[in-house]
Amino acid sequence: MHDEAHVMSTRMYYGIWITLMVLTVVTAAVSFIDLGPFNTIVALSIATFKAILVVLFFMHVKYASEKLTKLVIISALFFLVLLLSLSMIDYLTRYLA
Amino acid sequence: MATAAVSAERETYLNKEYGIRSWLLTTDHKRIALLYLASITFFFFIGGFFALLIRLELLTPAGDLVLADTYNKLFTMHGQIMVFFFLIPSIPAVLGNFLVPMMIGAKDLALPRINLLSWYLYIAGGALMMYAMVEGGVDTGWTFYTPFSTAFSNTHVVEAGLAIFIAGFSSILTGLNFVVTIHRMRAPGMTWSRLPLFIWAHYATSIIQLLGTPVLAITLVLVVLERTLHLGIFDPNLGGDPLLFQHLFWFYSHPAVYIMILPAMGVVSEVLACFSRKRIFGYGAVAMSSIGIAVIGFIVWAHHMFVAGISLYAALVFSILSYLVAVPSAIKVFNWTATLYKGSISFATPMLYALGFIGLFTIGGLTGLFLAALGIDVHVTDTYFVIAHFHYIMVGGAVMGYMAGLHFWWPKITGRMYPEWWGRLAALIVFVGFNLTFFPQFILGYMGMPRRYWQYPPEFQILNVMSTAGSTILAVGYLLPMVYFMWSLRYGKVVGDNPWGAAGLEWKTSSPPPTFNFDEIPEVTWEAYNYDQIPVPEEAWLE
Amino acid sequence: MWLFLATEVMFFGGMFCAYLIYRFWYYPEFAAGSRSLNIYLGTVNTVVLIGSSLTVALGVRAAQMGKRKLLVILLILTLILGLAFLGVKAVEWHDKYVEHHIPGASFSVADLVREYPQLHIDQRHAEIFFSLYFAMTGMHALHMVVGVGLFIYLTIKAWKGTYGPQYYTPVELGGLYWHFVDIIWIYLFPLLYLIDRKPLK
Repeated sequence: MHDEAHVMSTRMYYGIWITLMVLTVVTAAVSFIDLGPFNTIVALSIATFKAILVVLFFMHVKYASEKLTKLVIISALFFLVLLLSLSMIDYLTRYLA
Repeated sequence: MATAAVSAERETYLNKEYGIRSWLLTTDHKRIALLYLASITFFFFIGGFFALLIRLELLTPAGDLVLADTYNKLFTMHGQIMVFFFLIPSIPAVLGNFLVPMMIGAKDLALPRINLLSWYLYIAGGALMMYAMVEGGVDTGWTFYTPFSTAFSNTHVVEAGLAIFIAGFSSILTGLNFVVTIHRMRAPGMTWSRLPLFIWAHYATSIIQLLGTPVLAITLVLVVLERTLHLGIFDPNLGGDPLLFQHLFWFYSHPAVYIMILPAMGVVSEVLACFSRKRIFGYGAVAMSSIGIAVIGFIVWAHHMFVAGISLYAALVFSILSYLVAVPSAIKVFNWTATLYKGSISFATPMLYALGFIGLFTIGGLTGLFLAALGIDVHVTDTYFVIAHFHYIMVGGAVMGYMAGLHFWWPKITGRMYPEWWGRLAALIVFVGFNLTFFPQFILGYMGMPRRYWQYPPEFQILNVMSTAGSTILAVGYLLPMVYFMWSLRYGKVVGDNPWGAAGLEWKTSSPPPTFNFDEIPEVTWEAYNYDQIPVPEEAWLE
Repeated sequence: MWLFLATEVMFFGGMFCAYLIYRFWYYPEFAAGSRSLNIYLGTVNTVVLIGSSLTVALGVRAAQMGKRKLLVILLILTLILGLAFLGVKAVEWHDKYVEHHIPGASFSVADLVREYPQLHIDQRHAEIFFSLYFAMTGMHALHMVVGVGLFIYLTIKAWKGTYGPQYYTPVELGGLYWHFVDIIWIYLFPLLYLIDRKPLK
């Protein structure tokens, strides 16, 4: 599961790191602003974007030559979504009457 | 390639090194498979012993053999040991470990030391479970439902939960090993579409092991934390939802049943092809249906919870999805039947078990569809109907698949043939004993006898007596192979590379194989199940 | 390692599932519980952990380029940041202990009830929030501890010169594990600390 010796530049690493720092501060600050239901959406979107940056760049998936790696990541996320969504079908519809 | 006779000079994985250290510290997948064989057989008989005690108690309507609390412990321990320490590992850890590398033309699994670690984790979990048993057992039912298991039970839930947690990691690592091996270590020319269906089945099983078992792991952790630290996530007194436990538990435990059956289906494909001297009809459909069962198996779990309190809408969704999961299984049954059509059938012991599998698995599967229908489920849930259903699949299906595989590959593993007539007799005894044990339970359940009850109304006694009688016959059927397999190690007829004339790379090397499986890694230029190119063997056991 | 990380996704996933359900049911208590967490310490911890991901990633690069000393320095930095994270966590947990927010016999959210009367907090439901808080951050911290152990091992081996451009797989695998634990925290932070920080009317 190695990518061939693709060495990222230090500038790229620092760049991603700065982005992650900024996003962290933003997400904390935004939580103090009233956006109604969007607070959660914004917070999770920022978190997801940060996670994607870590996966693609720090974990090198962007430069991975292995299709299997990406398949494994997507499968794990898919099954997690199944767990969360199908359970919620029960909880969302339980007390409808 | 080495020729027939096991000469003193020829090195095999069995005689390469002697001594207990060479076994306990081995990284040879074949030796590890035998380590598993010994351990799971041990747990099988312990679980079976509990089953016999259950059946003995149920001979009479009154609760007169054991106390009610003891009875609760008996069925709990029977379930936990059989599910987690026998069925889940059985075929993958024994036959899978032995055969996966050989079938793809590899020298070993991708991660041999992880394989050994897998076995030690299994043993550690098993030891902790034995400790829990000896200290008084668990009485929550194998399903550990909350809040009884977290707040009210006075038994060793924590030890049992941790034991299963540890054994779960054994399962995860086995699955991980298989996926990496199948992706990375196939011999030249062994393309995905030339893989034996046994490999496809194990690949699908490994996916389930990897993605499902961790959810069980966290669920058990939460139960242990709730029980010891009173955290209260499942506690209704705090507004917690006991059904959350059930959702999380069944998210693993339903796919778990596919961990138990898929490898057996893989075995059946191999055995059927060999004893019909034909390729499996619809190879692609059977391969894809294995993957299909693995994936769809993850989205049906709440059918175990129809009457537990989930919303009606959720129940409807899960009911429909449960019907969907029957489709790939049915595809397999049809393809196997088509394989038999116009085949040159011989009734060797493995074939008897495989044919039994098809019939009994079909009955089990169809009764599963009955249970998936909400209207019927309300009536028969938590009755013996459910028990009969899952035993038809797990015993009539998975265990018979395991027996078929053990018999089929025994000559490869040991270099010796078991006594064929005893094998056929035992298969017949198992078939008769099994049906006598479990068919009456369908009727009992339909008539309303609840499961996990230690007493029952007198009108149910006749069927219970039949069931218990069947269980003793079944026990004989399982003891016989123990005896004749051991006998065969010393006195069984010595065999060559391919006594059955079977297709598959594992049959192209000697029996027992050398430590690194092949003298040279083969290059595969033929399709799977090339029975048109393989001559019928001449040995007499296929008479 | 990716296959193992997939199993970890499902492992933490079970707790995220529990969290999702109870947040849906008991939103006011979750909001109140979330407010009682120290957002500054949480943000600091997030910054620390992301910083440690940077040092790990730079470390893998150093190994790829054969720079032994740099690799060792970066691994040690990672360890320091990881331990800092755990230290801050310990402080936060101590605060929770002092405030009687640890589930169990001495649990009490009377302070939250007083502070947010408009939310009509049910104490029992709040206990569920804190149970999940400790379960999730506890499991995360346990993974951090394992990671620290792993990295001590890697640092020692790196010091001895085991890793270079030809062979740096263990560093890479350790890095993947560490990044994964970071990603879990990237989600835990908004889910636990930022549920509802809006100024109250």
